[in-house]
Amino acid sequence: MIENNKQTVVALVENKPGVLNRVASLFRRRNFNVDSLTVGRTHKPYISRMTIVVDAARVDGRRIAANLFKLVNVIDVKLVSEEPYVSRDLALIKVRTDDADSRNAVTLICERYPARIVDIGTKVAIIEITAQEDIVEALINELEPIGIVEMVRTGVVAMGRGVRILDVDADYEPSIVSSQENGNYQAYSV
Amino acid sequence: MLLTGAEIVMECLIREGVEVMFGYPGGAILPVYDAMTKYPQLRHVLVRHEQGAAHMADGYARATGKVGVAIATSGPGATNLVTGIGTAMLDSSPIVCITGQVTRGAIGSDAFQEIDITGITLPITKHNYLVNDTRELAYIIREAFHIARTGRPGPVLVDIPKDVQNEKVEFEYPEGPIRLPGYRPPSAADDDQLAAALELIKQAKKPIILAGHGILMSGASNELRELSERAQIPVTLTLLGKGAMPENHPLCVGMMGMHGAAACNYAIQEADLLIALGMRFDDRVTGNLKTYSPNSRKIHVDIDPSEINKNVKVDVGIAGDVRTVMGQLLTKLPAKQHAEWIARIRDWQEDGDERDILHYESEGKLYGAQVINDLWKYTGGDAVTVSDVGQHQMLEAQYYPHQRPATMLTSGGLGTMGFGLPAAIGAKFGKPDEEVWAIVGDGGFQMTMAELATAMQEGVKVNIVILNNAFLGMVRQWQEFFYEERYQATPMFNPDFIKLAEAYGIPAMRVTRRDQIEESVRFARSHETTVLIEYVIEKEEIVYPMVPAGADLHNMLRRPKPGEKQS
Repeated sequence: MIENNKQTVVALVENKPGVLNRVASLFRRRNFNVDSLTVGRTHKPYISRMTIVVDAARVDGRRIAANLFKLVNVIDVKLVSEEPYVSRDLALIKVRTDDADSRNAVTLICERYPARIVDIGTKVAIIEITAQEDIVEALINELEPIGIVEMVRTGVVAMGRGVRILDVDADYEPSIVSSQENGNYQAYSV
Repeated sequence: MLLTGAEIVMECLIREGVEVMFGYPGGAILPVYDAMTKYPQLRHVLVRHEQGAAHMADGYARATGKVGVAIATSGPGATNLVTGIGTAMLDSSPIVCITGQVTRGAIGSDAFQEIDITGITLPITKHNYLVNDTRELAYIIREAFHIARTGRPGPVLVDIPKDVQNEKVEFEYPEGPIRLPGYRPPSAADDDQLAAALELIKQAKKPIILAGHGILMSGASNELRELSERAQIPVTLTLLGKGAMPENHPLCVGMMGMHGAAACNYAIQEADLLIALGMRFDDRVTGNLKTYSPNSRKIHVDIDPSEINKNVKVDVGIAGDVRTVMGQLLTKLPAKQHAEWIARIRDWQEDGDERDILHYESEGKLYGAQVINDLWKYTGGDAVTVSDVGQHQMLEAQYYPHQRPATMLTSGGLGTMGFGLPAAIGAKFGKPDEEVWAIVGDGGFQMTMAELATAMQEGVKVNIVILNNAFLGMVRQWQEFFYEERYQATPMFNPDFIKLAEAYGIPAMRVTRRDQIEESVRFARSHETTVLIEYVIEKEEIVYPMVPAGADLHNMLRRPKPGEKQS
């Protein structure tokens, strides 16, 4: 299974300009090979969350975590793949469906996956799948012979199972005055 | 109180206890320079090149343990700081660099003297800031000093657009704890780690301590000495760890590594326990990692968690402040004896002494090793020495034993030629009552010798020692050993250093014989100003021992004993 070779690191970071750049710069500088990196906001507007997947054969996730933790804007880091966790990858796959056979095939394949057809015409269809990374890979493999013409994936997001909550301290607020006043965190892209 | 951004910078520096700033003015930092006129208690030192400002701030920081401050303008002023920032980063030296930036509206437009200095310095600073809002300025400067001096210290850069410097805002100094939720340097070891470490120490028959820069930075010299004496564990030092343990202490074996004492390297290879304290297993210390200390268990204490298991896999890794952790260890550390082991190390030391160049007949030649040894003798071994990078640096490390912390400053990690003179000037500002000697080679000196003018303009006294062999000596040594003596681009045409000094009004003396060295020290001490002494030394001296890059630590090239042939 692909999953076995992968380590997944989750980082909570301050939602400030340049933070993604700092993380990317760290990976480049330390020669850490990253399979996927996703970032997005959380339910707290001043906190963003990153999910980083690495190939354990090439780089030790604990080294990545230790180095990430050194960044001042990184609030917390956890190697979620050390314990039970849920991970999801989303893909949009455009396949050629210019005859009845291919349309039927696509429909049948999608029924066996957590996938659905979100757009279909006489030439192409777009299939959306949200699943564990290896299941997404399996769907892609099945669609390949039919003819994939375009594809996009979000990269993996992950969360530990159960009551182990990865969150910042309840009393944490951003230190800098103006950001507090504006409440304008959306304006910053990390 | 309504203040301009530039005035806020000054107010904040005063509250951080800053006494001196090293800098160079320019268009985008002019408001800060203008504000200096209202704050005469902050001394500004005008350098001749911004690299010098960063090295001076670094030298000041290393000599005092306080944060050094460098100031530069935007664009080329900022980029000239880069080598100095990198030097401070690799050696964990706390400096804060303040740079001017073009106005906020002009950022991104390739304006005159605009450069993305926060982008450039991202990988070589501990953290950096571009100030977007004048109301954040005081918070940022406070954070910058806090980050620079705490945890594993390092350089922090604050880039301030010119219109932020000019803008007037209500200033109230932020009091209370600094809120940096993502910045939590480790401090103490937990009980399991301590128990595991103590168990390894109890079992060990051939233990050795590897003491690094962290001992000096956390002020753990007393703890180191107590640990070593109580458990009778010999101590070896990294280059930057020199001064962590008095080198005349019977348990101090000396410096380890590429040009370290052979006894240290043999002991590390044969040890059954390494206790690494505030050091990071640099490749210049370990040699070939595959054969490094193969039979030992390893304890590693370092404040930076990412250093644990980075180069050398260890049995007990403790991320914590080395002084705190050693204090914890000492509460439970039993007394031990390792007489046999210590005697074995002593044998290696005696063999090393026999091979010492000081036992060689000089035949009228003047060797760099002799110069350093005699400087040590005539300065009472108690000066603050600041070396540059190259053969003279290793000779200083070998032949000038230091007894006190923070008396030997050098660029270890980055190996920055040109560091010596400006760092010595900075160190002298930090320790005005100490005798500061800049020990440099003819190559490195010429990289930053423009700072001679700074020394004279600012009336600061450093004693400059140039070991002149008219070669880039260390590179030449590598060419001799590994490139069949093809001395490509290492012979140097040099100016007449005496006349050069005279041009600056600096008293100078040329030494060509060993019996002039004592006089040269008297000469240096007889002048109130900076002096320059040129020692014309043997051109093709070799620094022994040497572990070739990547070789096993015990496979050193050794100087033959007198009468022996070079193998």
